Amino acid sequence: MNTYCRLLRRSSTRYLLHRSNSNSQHSTQFPGFRGHFGTSRPLEQLLGDPKRTLSTVFPPLREHIGSGLTSACNVAGHTHRLPCRFFGSAPIVMQRNPKFSTINADDITKFKEILGEKNVVQDEERLLAANTDWMRKYKGSSTLVLQPRTTEEVSWILKYCNSRCLAVVPQGGNTGLVGGSVPVFDEVIITMGSMKNIISFDKVSGILVCEAGCILENLVSFLDSQGFVMPLDLGAKGSCQIGGNVSTNAGGLRFLRYGSLHGNVLGLEAVLANGTVLDMLGTLRKDNTGYDLKHLFIGSEGSLGIISKVSILVPPKLSSVNLAFLACKDYVSCQNLLLEAKRKLGEILSAFEFLDSDSMDLVLNHLEGVRNPLPPSMHNFYVLIETTGSDQSYDKEKLEAFLLRSMEGGLISDGVLAQDINQAFSFWRIREGVPEALMKAGAVYKYDLSLPVEKMYDLVEAMRIRLGPAAKVVGYGHLGDGNLHLNISLPEYDDTVLGLVEPFVYEWTSKYRGSISAEHGLGLMKANKIHYSKSPECVDLMVSIKKLLDPNGILNPYKVLPSSLTS
Amino acid sequence: MKIMVAIKRVVDYAVKIRVKPDKTGVETTNVKMSMNPFCEIALEEALRIRESGQASEVVAVSMGPQQCVDTLRTGLAMGADRGIHVETKEMLYPLSVAKLLRALVEVEKPQILILGKQAIDDDCNQTGQMVAGLLNWPQGTFASKVVLDKEKQELTVDREVDGGLETLCLDLPAVITTDLRLNQPRYATLPNIMKAKSKVIKKYTPEELNVEIKSDLEIVQVTEPPKRKSGVMVSSVDELIDKLKNEARVI
Repeated sequence: MNTYCRLLRRSSTRYLLHRSNSNSQHSTQFPGFRGHFGTSRPLEQLLGDPKRTLSTVFPPLREHIGSGLTSACNVAGHTHRLPCRFFGSAPIVMQRNPKFSTINADDITKFKEILGEKNVVQDEERLLAANTDWMRKYKGSSTLVLQPRTTEEVSWILKYCNSRCLAVVPQGGNTGLVGGSVPVFDEVIITMGSMKNIISFDKVSGILVCEAGCILENLVSFLDSQGFVMPLDLGAKGSCQIGGNVSTNAGGLRFLRYGSLHGNVLGLEAVLANGTVLDMLGTLRKDNTGYDLKHLFIGSEGSLGIISKVSILVPPKLSSVNLAFLACKDYVSCQNLLLEAKRKLGEILSAFEFLDSDSMDLVLNHLEGVRNPLPPSMHNFYVLIETTGSDQSYDKEKLEAFLLRSMEGGLISDGVLAQDINQAFSFWRIREGVPEALMKAGAVYKYDLSLPVEKMYDLVEAMRIRLGPAAKVVGYGHLGDGNLHLNISLPEYDDTVLGLVEPFVYEWTSKYRGSISAEHGLGLMKANKIHYSKSPECVDLMVSIKKLLDPNGILNPYKVLPSSLTS
Repeated sequence: MKIMVAIKRVVDYAVKIRVKPDKTGVETTNVKMSMNPFCEIALEEALRIRESGQASEVVAVSMGPQQCVDTLRTGLAMGADRGIHVETKEMLYPLSVAKLLRALVEVEKPQILILGKQAIDDDCNQTGQMVAGLLNWPQGTFASKVVLDKEKQELTVDREVDGGLETLCLDLPAVITTDLRLNQPRYATLPNIMKAKSKVIKKYTPEELNVEIKSDLEIVQVTEPPKRKSGVMVSSVDELIDKLKNEARVI
């Protein structure tokens, strides 16, 4: 607690003032908007066009709506002030770091000289899209977007910006949920979308090497034609880029099976703030020569360098996928079922997801075309178990036998098994539809937490008792990974409720040694909350590394680490 | 009253179809196979009639190789009482299927035969009509609503036709083929999957049913539709007009 107090004191001297508008506009929009930024289509037009179907503009969401609207930031365009919450419900305004320069006409001329006229973007519409995050919660006021096409150009840009002390924000598909991919003030936006070449693919070893701007879905379809899959899959795949996935260490639905990107990324090429290109683009499974530097960049959210190329280990695509949608009477049964599934399904278990009855209720009430697979009554918990293997009849038999045994043993109270892909899709739709249903239900405070599995749901129950009938508290997430998505749904944003939620939720998580950000990252939203999950010594070392690699602090400033320590 | 339902094992609706390189057909090895969606609807309708107390038994029938048993198991898990598998490795065309169904109808003596209006793999939309002709039964095709009056021994069937809805009244026994909007099929629940394991699937061969499998048709070749070319951005109206005139030749 000492650390928090110290920080609070420091910050309170610097940050004050009130948020101007707590019921901001974004509560009305659908959540699935995955940022068709970077195209020339204006944002308003996309959001306002009712003819576009939900599936194209608002694609199915997996879990990645995660930590959203803890604060409603209503930023007046160019005032260089950002109202933001740091501790509890105390609204604070952040200041632009005065040591950063501002862009002048000379800079623009130089950029145009090196990158070419059309890769230096100053067009209003495209600036608006690049300045605004996916949930329209964070908005910067950058006046410049740069589109490098090669590593050399990235290097040149950073070298130049570093020498001029111009702050930059690297941007991939701009689908982040914690404000990490958009400028806070007037940082130069470097979009990686033009670097979208697949460099090589080795079928025998299953190693893909590509540029950072490759859109995940394009990689998925390329690999599909080769009989392989990406080791990660997430709802934003139509827009998100592999460079962004790696730099945020994105999780997703295949995590249980294939593990984290720290395991799957074999090599990286990254550009440091001073323009140095670090070639760590190995394609080796085993390489114990010195410190494994690539891991510093995986999950550093663009604060240590810009990832320009990636080599990644991809598993073969397996033909047999089965999915069961099950009901459990209590949370203990869910846990025991997980334990049993790991033991009995072993090598074919590929996903274990859960949602509680309140989540189910929201989905059934707010999403069109979704029906309850287990009518007529509601059950306390629902679990999705997916298996992926190579032999359809063997896998199905194995899963059926497991499910029937679990049912006889009382772990499962009811369940259905998808008989075709369409049914599987409609079961996934329920789990993936929870974030969308929450957004339609009204205001929502979102938390993405890692907790010990046995403690996970206690937090949801504690929160229900704490908030009483005023708010609906729902819990769902990747049970197999110990990742809870805790959401508090209420008709309108309410500071009193938020005051009860925070910092309680962070303190509770910290008490059980959980993580306040399981898969979404810290970004801007949780930069000052890192202490809830990391010791002061660890944070100090992180700050030292940041200062070593980026002495001027130009890379993605104000994010990941508490700005009081880095500026 | 007994209801017979024909169900077909096809490449899953959601699978991307690939044509075999030698153009003899569609790739089916290592591809997810499922029950034809229209057959699911047919089975669901039969189950609803039985659940309303107007029928006593639902028999599911499938024809083809050994793996059709998986599809029949799905049918049994949905709630069919028993299954019949006519096993053959021969390619089956609608007329052969209709003849096999007629032979089974003579054995089982159902009052209603329900089929999907077509299978999503060959899109033939012929079997129901052919079997009705062979049996000399009345037929209600593309049914979007089915009402059975057991007293009067008649079926009222709403059909989706181009101009709207057509309502037919059929005397039993009769053939129905189902359209998409007739019902929403149920899922296979675990208790029913468990029950299905002990249900009987009777096997026949075409010879036992005295049906000779032959075809008057020969598939010459199967090809993919032409690939769509990606679009291009034109920089001016003049260029657009030029392209429309000289490349697309539409104006």
